[in-house]
Amino acid sequence: MDTLKRIKYEVITKAAKLALKGNRILSERKFKTPKRWRTDILAPPLKIGLRTKELVTRHYLEGRYAEGAKPVAWVTSGAPVEILKALGFYVLYPENHAALCGARRTALELCLEAEKSGYSMDICSYARCDFGALISGKTPVGKLPKPDLLLCCTNICQTVLYWYRVLEKHFNVPLVVIDTPFLYREAEEHHIEYVKNQLDKLVEVAERVSGKKLKFERLKETLRLSKMAAELWHEVIQTGKNVPSPISVFDQFIHMAPIVEMRGDAETVDFYAEMLKELQERIEKGVSAVVKERRRLLWDNLPIWYKLKFLSEFLAERGIAIVTSTYTNAWGELAPMMDPQRPIESMAKTYLYPILNRGVGHKLKTMKEMIKDYSLNGAILHSDRSCKPYSVGQIDERNRLISELGVPALLLEADHNDPRAYAEEQVRTRLSAFAEMLES
Amino acid sequence: MKRLFVGIDAGSTAVKVVVIDSEKRVLYTLIEDTKPFIEEQTGSILKAIREKFSGCEFFVTATGYGAQLVKEADKRVTEISCHARGAFFATGKKGTVIDIGGQDSKVIVVGNDGQVLDFVMNDKCAAGTGRFLENIAWRLKLSFKEMEELALSSREEVSISSTCAVFAESEVISMLAKGIELKKIVKGIHRALVKRITAMLYSVSFFPPLILSGGVARNRAVQKMIEEETGEKIIVPENPQITGALGAALSGL
Repeated sequence: MDTLKRIKYEVITKAAKLALKGNRILSERKFKTPKRWRTDILAPPLKIGLRTKELVTRHYLEGRYAEGAKPVAWVTSGAPVEILKALGFYVLYPENHAALCGARRTALELCLEAEKSGYSMDICSYARCDFGALISGKTPVGKLPKPDLLLCCTNICQTVLYWYRVLEKHFNVPLVVIDTPFLYREAEEHHIEYVKNQLDKLVEVAERVSGKKLKFERLKETLRLSKMAAELWHEVIQTGKNVPSPISVFDQFIHMAPIVEMRGDAETVDFYAEMLKELQERIEKGVSAVVKERRRLLWDNLPIWYKLKFLSEFLAERGIAIVTSTYTNAWGELAPMMDPQRPIESMAKTYLYPILNRGVGHKLKTMKEMIKDYSLNGAILHSDRSCKPYSVGQIDERNRLISELGVPALLLEADHNDPRAYAEEQVRTRLSAFAEMLES
Repeated sequence: MKRLFVGIDAGSTAVKVVVIDSEKRVLYTLIEDTKPFIEEQTGSILKAIREKFSGCEFFVTATGYGAQLVKEADKRVTEISCHARGAFFATGKKGTVIDIGGQDSKVIVVGNDGQVLDFVMNDKCAAGTGRFLENIAWRLKLSFKEMEELALSSREEVSISSTCAVFAESEVISMLAKGIELKKIVKGIHRALVKRITAMLYSVSFFPPLILSGGVARNRAVQKMIEEETGEKIIVPENPQITGALGAALSGL
C-alpha cells in the first residue's frame, strides 16, 4: 500500500467523518418532515434516516480514497466478510451499490451500458448495473475503488459465480469462491467442514493480499459486533409484531444498508440500538408507520427499488401496511448461529443457512411462521425477474398460503432494478383488486 | 327522484356502459370502441344518458384501465371485483370467471356471496388476450366472425409455437408462405390463446363452473376449446362483454 495515499485517506476520511457527523447533528436538531411527505397516510420519516444517510455517504466517500491506501475487496452480500474486516479491508458490495443506483433511478442507464457491451437482458439487473458501472465509470457515488481481492459466496445465487469471474477478468485480481452446498435439510458436519476449509483458504489469500497476519482476537471481536448488529436488526424488524406496526417494510428496505454493508463495525451496532429505541418510542406513543393501518401484509423477495415511494403511498392510501419481509429478515434471523468464541466454525455454519441456500419448503415455512407471528392478513410475493432463486416456487408458495393458512396472497411481477420489467398500470390494477379483496 | 346506477367499464379496446335501477333491472347497455380521449368519450356518453333518462339521479361507478379518466365517477372499483360481481349476478352461482379482454386476461375465483376469493392476471404480455386474435385478424384481413367460423370449420390445426402476439404474426405469415391452409392456422391461433388462458386457470385453485366474460367470450371456437382443454362445462352470460360494466353498476347500489 502507498503511504502517501494512506495519509491522504486518513486525513480526508477523518475530516469527512467529523463534517458528516456535525451535519447530521444539526439536521437532527432542526428535524422536520419534508413538505411533500404524505403525513395524511404515513408517519413522519424515522429520524434514524439522517444517520443512515451519514453512514452510507461516509462508506462511499471512504471508498473513493481507499484505492492504494488500504486493501479493497468486492464481496457478495452473503459473504463471510468478518475475516476481511478483521484484516483491515475496505469492503465494497456491488449488490448494494446496484440497489442504491436503483433507488436513485440510475440503474436503467447502467443496465443499458452493460447491454450495449453484449451482456444479455436476462442477466440479473444487479449484475448488469455493476458491469455498466465498470464499463462506463458512471456511478451516483462518484467513484468506486478498484478491488485487490474478490470474494464470492454462492449462498445467495449461482449468478454471482459468473458475475465475479467477469470481475476477476476485468480487474485481474485474486478471486476467492466460497462454495456453500445447498441445504435441503439441516447442515451436516461434512458441509460445515467443507465451508470451513474454504474459509481457512480465504484467510491465507486475504493475508497475502493485505500483507497482514489475521489476529484471531480481532476476528472474534468483529464477529461479536456482527452478531450484535444482526440481533439488533432482528429486534428492529420484530417491532413490527406490534399492532399497529411502528415500522413498514419500506423503512426496513432503506435502513438495512448498514447491516448488509457495514457488518462488523461498532457504529453499526450503535446505529441499530438507536433505531430500536426510536421504534420503541413510537410504540409507546402509539405512532404507526401507516396512519390508518387496517390490513397487515408480508412481502416476499427483494424490493422494487425504483418504486419504493409509489408502493408505500399507494398501499398506505388503502390502509395497507406491509409489516415485514422474508428478505429483510434474512439479515437478522441467523444472528443466534454466530459464535464469537468459535469464529471460523460458526461462520462456516452461519453462511450455509441463508434463506436462499435452503429449499423452497423452508421459505414457505418461514412465511407461514411470519404470518402467524406478525398477525398478518395476507402476502405479496414479488416475482422478481432478476432473482430466479428467490422467485422459483412462488406460484406454489402462494397457493399453499391460500389453501393452508386461508390468507390471500398476490404474485406481483416486476424486477428489483430494471424498470422495463415493471408495468405500472398492471401493478395498480393488481394492488387495487387485492386491496378490495382484503376488505371484502 | 328516481335513482339510477351507471357502470362504465373503460377498457383498452371498448367502452362498455350499463344502466340499472335500484331493483337491479338493466335499463340500458352500450358498447363502443375506445377512442384515444377516454375522458371526452365517457363525458359525452354520460351526457347522452342524462338526457335519455332526464329527471333521474345518477350514481356512476367506473372500472377498467380508463377508470381514472371518467371524471364524473362517484366511485372507482377494479375490473376484478366488477367482473366477479357482474358474473355472479348474471349466473347466480359461485364459480370461476375467465375474462378475456382486449389487453388483459384474468381468472377470478368467486365465492358464495360473489366475493373475490382469488385472482390471477396475465403477465406484462399481450399473449392470451383479445389483442392476440385482433393482430392476427388484421394481418389476415379477416373479421372476428370469419376467424371464429374458420376455426370452427377446421378439423385439423397447426401448432403456433410463439406465445408472443407480435412474433405469432410472423409465424403465421411464414405458414401461409408454406401453403398451409388458412383454417388450420386460424384454429391453431385460437388454440394458442386458449392454452395460455388455461395455463393461468391451473395456476390457481379454481372450482367449476367456468364463467366466460369479456369480448372474446362471444367467440364460440374459444368457448369450445376451453371446454376441451379443461373438461369443464362453461357458462357464457347473455352479453359477456358487459359483465364488468354490469358489476360496476351493481357496486353503486
